[in-house]
Order: sequence, then structure tokens, then C-alpha cells
Amino acid sequence: MSDFTSGFWPLYISVITALSIIGTWVFIRSQTTRKLQPGEKPELIGHTWDGDLQDFDNPLPRWWLGLFYGTLIFAAVYLVLWPGMGNYAGLLGWTSLQEYEDEVKAAEAKFQPVYAGFMKQDVATVAANPEAHAIGRNLYLTYCSQCHGSDAAGAKGFPNLTDHDWLYGGDADTIRATITDGRAGMMPAMGEALGPEGTKEVANYVLSLSGRKHDARLASAGQQKFADNCAACHMPDGSGMAAMGAPKLTDKVWLYGGSEASIIESIAKGRNGVMPASSQTLGTTSNREAKLHLLTAYIYGLSQQK
Amino acid sequence: MISHETIEKNIGLLIVLTILVVSIGGLVQIVPLFFQTSTTQAVTGLTPYTPLQLAGRDLYIREGCVGCHSQMVRPFRAETERYGHYSVAGEYVYDRPFLWGSKRTGPDLQRVGGRYSDAWHVAHLLNPRDVVPESNMPAYPWLDRPLKDADIQKKMRTLNVVGHGYTEAQIAAAPGELEGKTEMDAMVAYLQVLGTHAPKN
Repeated sequence: MSDFTSGFWPLYISVITALSIIGTWVFIRSQTTRKLQPGEKPELIGHTWDGDLQDFDNPLPRWWLGLFYGTLIFAAVYLVLWPGMGNYAGLLGWTSLQEYEDEVKAAEAKFQPVYAGFMKQDVATVAANPEAHAIGRNLYLTYCSQCHGSDAAGAKGFPNLTDHDWLYGGDADTIRATITDGRAGMMPAMGEALGPEGTKEVANYVLSLSGRKHDARLASAGQQKFADNCAACHMPDGSGMAAMGAPKLTDKVWLYGGSEASIIESIAKGRNGVMPASSQTLGTTSNREAKLHLLTAYIYGLSQQK
Repeated sequence: MISHETIEKNIGLLIVLTILVVSIGGLVQIVPLFFQTSTTQAVTGLTPYTPLQLAGRDLYIREGCVGCHSQMVRPFRAETERYGHYSVAGEYVYDRPFLWGSKRTGPDLQRVGGRYSDAWHVAHLLNPRDVVPESNMPAYPWLDRPLKDADIQKKMRTLNVVGHGYTEAQIAAAPGELEGKTEMDAMVAYLQVLGTHAPKN
């Protein structure tokens, strides 16, 4: 890129580059002794080492000289065809930016016909297509697997995408919206409001919702506290609310762990899991819309398998 | 023309001429870069690192992250598809020293800012296998300790010498901003700002 702060610098580069090439050419010419005639002996350089060691002033080997002049010619041709001399763009007009854009355009043109067919189909149809599944899997591994795992089974705090259980909903439009805009969990920390004992009581009531081992006395004490503090999002029966991303508490799926200690931690400190928007991942890719479509279909398909 | 013999027998002249010859490449290829807008002006929106990010950057250097992670997305489709917009010179004007790296045992990190949640970074730094089972990155569990960076104000003043432009108010507030933070907080703050001023397209 030639955006020098003054016109001096292009000139500076050009002059030193040109002088270096001409200078080395003049220099090597001046140092080259003429070729010896057949039978002619080279002259001795007029010094003697260790009493009797002398050396001849042999001419530079012709093959070596040839290579040297070759590099000078290469340099001159290069500087005519490609950018190098200050602001001069070169006869070929090559830029690294253009090369990159050509590469992207070529790839877009190559994959466009493949994508165009899938774009006409709805998500459920694409999800059933083995070719789309293979493409979707590659996209998933590139952009999603770091958090959701290469088997899409998630990790603590990163949802499992294969378990038919959805925080925000598993229909195609919701999955697409989740990928496009990201998600931000917003469970507030309730530890201070409930106090340590109250937190333990609510946790035991939550355990009772999924029919798991719990302390009945604590659970019954927690019931009213749950209704006052938690039911607005998790619903009075604990069935959750997809619009808020509030998980269902009556099943066996626990994003942050289902032990009493994990539930107490969730209640006390809150949970604010964040999924970044696709502008962070698919943002600069080519055929962006098609990739979003295929990814949606792939993830939709994961939860359709029995 | 000076003869070969003159140069060989005059060591001072030999030194001067040698320095002259070997410096030409640098004079032509490096010096003009200090006088180009695209290499010296920050890209739109780029600001010097905050004290917490600066402390995180020093931890990134201390832990040797640069040995396995580059910070340079090259202008090839294979890279921009995976990482995001290719890097431009104006994104690095507040990177002293730059951390471009030259080896990718792990992925490039120039566009990692905002790509994962803070919680992911914490889980990943404590034990990478917890979120990426096939990862061969070492765990950094000791980052979960209080951040000690008594030199933060000196660092900011030093960076001001080369034009980072921290104000006196920012420098005065710096120790307070690091108060109560862990090394993990600083590292995550640094990672989350990396490459977030990519050119928009």
C-alpha cells in the first residue's frame, strides 16, 4: 500500500533500489579480470605468506559471473512487472488484496450452485439431506464445536444440542435466531435475597420438582420462596419459559449440574451464560446466508435423531 | 575505484563499508514503514489497552502463549473463513512488543475477542479438556489468584513515551481498576478485546 506521509519516500526507495542494482553491476565489472587466453598463466598477487605461500590473481569463474548477472536481470524484470519501486504499481497490476478477493470470489462461484439448491428448501428438508449434513458438520466443527463439543453433547455451562431439550426452543426459526443474534442468560444471583438457609430450602424444593432425593422438610419450606422468587421465569410448576431462556426444572437435564451443591451455587450466584452472535463467527465468511441455513439445518437435525 | 588490497589492509574502512552494505536492505524495506499512514495510524475505534487489559497482555507474555498462538490472520480465504477479517497493520499500533508469533500449535488468536463467552475462557484456561476434549493445550489453573501488578503506572508512563497517550487521570485510576481482580480476569479482559476493531465489511 502506498500511503507515504511524504513524496520523498517513494523516491528514496526507488533511488536506493536502482543504485544498488547498477552499483553492484559496476562493481562486479570492475573486479572481473579478463578471461585468460589458452596457455596464459594468471599473474601472482604481490604478497608472500609464511615465507613461500603466494596466490594467483585468477579471474572469477564464468558460471558464477553468469549467475550473478542473472540475478540482476531477474531483479530488473521483477521491478518492472510487480510493485517495488516506490509508488509504481507494476505492469501486472498485482496486489495482495486483489489476489485475496479473487480467491474469495472463485470459492463463492464454486460453492454457490451447491448452496443455491439448499436455499430453496426448508430447514427440515435440508436437515434430511446427507450432503447438507456433511457440509453442516464441517461448519459446526469450525464454528460451534469449541463450546458445544465436537459431538454436540456440550459441557458444564454449554448446552447439549442432541438431547431434545432446549432453553430457547428447538424449532428451525428459533435455532436460526439463536445462531444469528446469540443468547445471554439472565438468571440473577439470589444468594443475598434468600440467605444461606433459604437458598438451601429452595434448592431442595427444586430437587423435588424432578422427583429426586431431597430433604422434604427443607423442600416444603422452600416452596413458598420458589413461588415468590423463581416462578416468574421458571413458572410455578417449574416447567420453564423458553422466551426467557429459563430452563425446565422438572426434567433430568442440568446445564450447570444437578447436585444439591450445584443447584445452590446456581441460585446463590446466578447464571449468565453467553452465546456470541454469528457476526463473531460467520461474520466475514463467503456465502454467509447459505452457511447460516445449513448450520441451522444441521443443528435442527441433531435433535431429530432418536 | 578503491582496490581490494586497500580495503583488506585498512580494517576501519572495511568495517564502514561492511555496515553500509548490510544496512541497505533495512534502510529500504524497514525505514519507510515508519512514514506510512497504514502502518502508523490506529484503525477506527482502536484505543490503547486499559490497565486490566495491559496487565492481561503481560500475563499472555509471561505464560508464553505466543509460542503456540499467532496473532495475525493472513489474507487467505482459508484463514478468513475460520478466524474472521484478515489483520491490517493499523490494528497493532498499541502492541509493544507485537505478539504476531510465528507458530500455530493452537489457533490464531487475533480475532478471538468476543468469539467465546468469558465463562468459556475461564473454563478453558483452567482446564482446556473440560470444553475441548481433544485439545493439547496446557492448563493454567494458577491464573485464579490475585493479580499483582505494582508497576502498572510505570508501564503506562513508559508506553506514553512512545505515544500511547494515557491521560494523568487514567494513570491515577489504574491501580484502583486492578484492585480485587484475579490474573484470570486480566487474561480474559485481554483476550476479549483482541481484534475487536477489525475493519468492517
